[in-house]
Amino acid sequence: MVNPMEKIRIEHLSIRYSDGTESLRDICLSIPANQITVLFGPAGGGKSTLLRALNRLNDLADVQEVSGQILFNGVNILDPGVNVVNLRRKIGMVFSRPVVLPLSIYQNVSYGLELMGERRKSKLDEAVERALRRAALWDEVYDRLKDPASAISGGQQQRLCLARVLALEPEVILLDEPTSALDPVSTARIEGLMQEIKEQYTIVWVPHNVQQAARMADYAAFFLQGELVEHGPGETLFVKPRDQRTQDYVTGRFG
Amino acid sequence: MENTSQRSEWVINLLIKVSGYSSILFVTLILIFLLREGLPALGVTPLSNLFGDRWYPIESYFGILPLLFGSLVVTLGALLIAIPFGIGTSVFISEIAPPWVNSVVKPLIEILAGLPSVVLGFLGIQVAAPLFREAFNLPTGLSAFTGAVLLALIATPTIVSITEDALNTVPPAYRQAALALGATKWQTIWGVTVPAARSGILTAIMLGIGRSIGETMAVMMVTGNAPVLPHGLNALVMPVRTMTATIASEMGEVANGSPHYQVLFFIGIVLFVISLGINIAASWVSLRSKTRAERVLS
Repeated sequence: MVNPMEKIRIEHLSIRYSDGTESLRDICLSIPANQITVLFGPAGGGKSTLLRALNRLNDLADVQEVSGQILFNGVNILDPGVNVVNLRRKIGMVFSRPVVLPLSIYQNVSYGLELMGERRKSKLDEAVERALRRAALWDEVYDRLKDPASAISGGQQQRLCLARVLALEPEVILLDEPTSALDPVSTARIEGLMQEIKEQYTIVWVPHNVQQAARMADYAAFFLQGELVEHGPGETLFVKPRDQRTQDYVTGRFG
Repeated sequence: MENTSQRSEWVINLLIKVSGYSSILFVTLILIFLLREGLPALGVTPLSNLFGDRWYPIESYFGILPLLFGSLVVTLGALLIAIPFGIGTSVFISEIAPPWVNSVVKPLIEILAGLPSVVLGFLGIQVAAPLFREAFNLPTGLSAFTGAVLLALIATPTIVSITEDALNTVPPAYRQAALALGATKWQTIWGVTVPAARSGILTAIMLGIGRSIGETMAVMMVTGNAPVLPHGLNALVMPVRTMTATIASEMGEVANGSPHYQVLFFIGIVLFVISLGINIAASWVSLRSKTRAERVLS
């Protein structure tokens, strides 16, 4: 059964690190397009590992063994022949702490495009403005684009990181606990922003608490110690979980 | 009981204070001594002689320009080799090399750092000098170039170890962020990691300069010791003599208090001022980086 709305399909994915920690066991999951898919569960469950498998950032880590497939637009991205650089441009990522590069605000956004070989100033200006507007940051920084990016607040920095990803016109955005270092107001802004733009992208979100998971999930997957316990539409999974462990975690009995 | 512990507390406190303040005292005393012995040179020897282009103390020609030039040309030459080589090595060690290569290369570089410069001088005289003489078809291999190569070997370990520290303190998140944006490994290194470690690398270069300009033994052995102010570019492959080598080789045979003696001390003052300037520049650079780091954290 092929779901026309399916963007990424994970088939029997297992990942083991060489020190034995945070592994994934036989994960099968379909990630729908133009929705927010939330991967949640207690720490050490494998959410971040899965997220980093989706853009092959795990290549950097000490991964010992990967098996299974991740199909993105029908291509297995775990195939060694896949062009990782192109893949990462299509599947952007925002990290848990705002990581601005030691450059100006403008350069942080234009950096990815320049890496792709875009040199024309007018194109870059246009793309930077569009990305900053979409990340709801333009009005706050348009008059100081040349300032170092480290000079703006943490919440602004995180939106800058989002703008940096959006500038590349990705198909998928991965968010690894994007608001864990932010205050509630900035958190609400990021959450609202993602709701606004989700129609144009496929968003995979690892939230840092279960409340955020419930707020954001169109589709949700619950991970416990490397196992995908349960997945389904957000409105049913958080209200009527099928598995007792999901029930216990969602209601705060452990975690 | 109470009393003895208070007493020992007081003694330890005092000892620590004394050793702390002693460095200030020593530097001050050295400076006073240098100034007392060296400044009279300005009175005894006319400025036109002191900053002339002839160093021939027996006939009272005390022009320090050839020596200053010798030091500068050898140091600059060394840096032209040591900076790219040192930064390349550190990038290799911290970003590219697999762990086992690391565990071999790093100790080797530390050994190189600890090698007495006189041993390098041997190698310079016996190996490097004949090699360069043959290769460039020169009258002698003992030249500014040979000195620069040896000095580069001496300065490189300093540059490597400090640059590598700086690269290691760049948060891994920067690299991940760049890679996640579709940067290749090289684009990440040159575009993000090295610029992020910029101030540490500048400090490394400053200290490398300091290490080079103060080095005496190796350059004395291989630069040919000819205090002449050269003309033209071929000066690089001609014998020169540095300020440090001049002091080291002539101090032993000079009459105490003579003009020659005072001029040698004056050269010492010049060296002192140069290395002071380098140290100030280095600490200014690292201070600036610290305030930037604090801004990022706040």
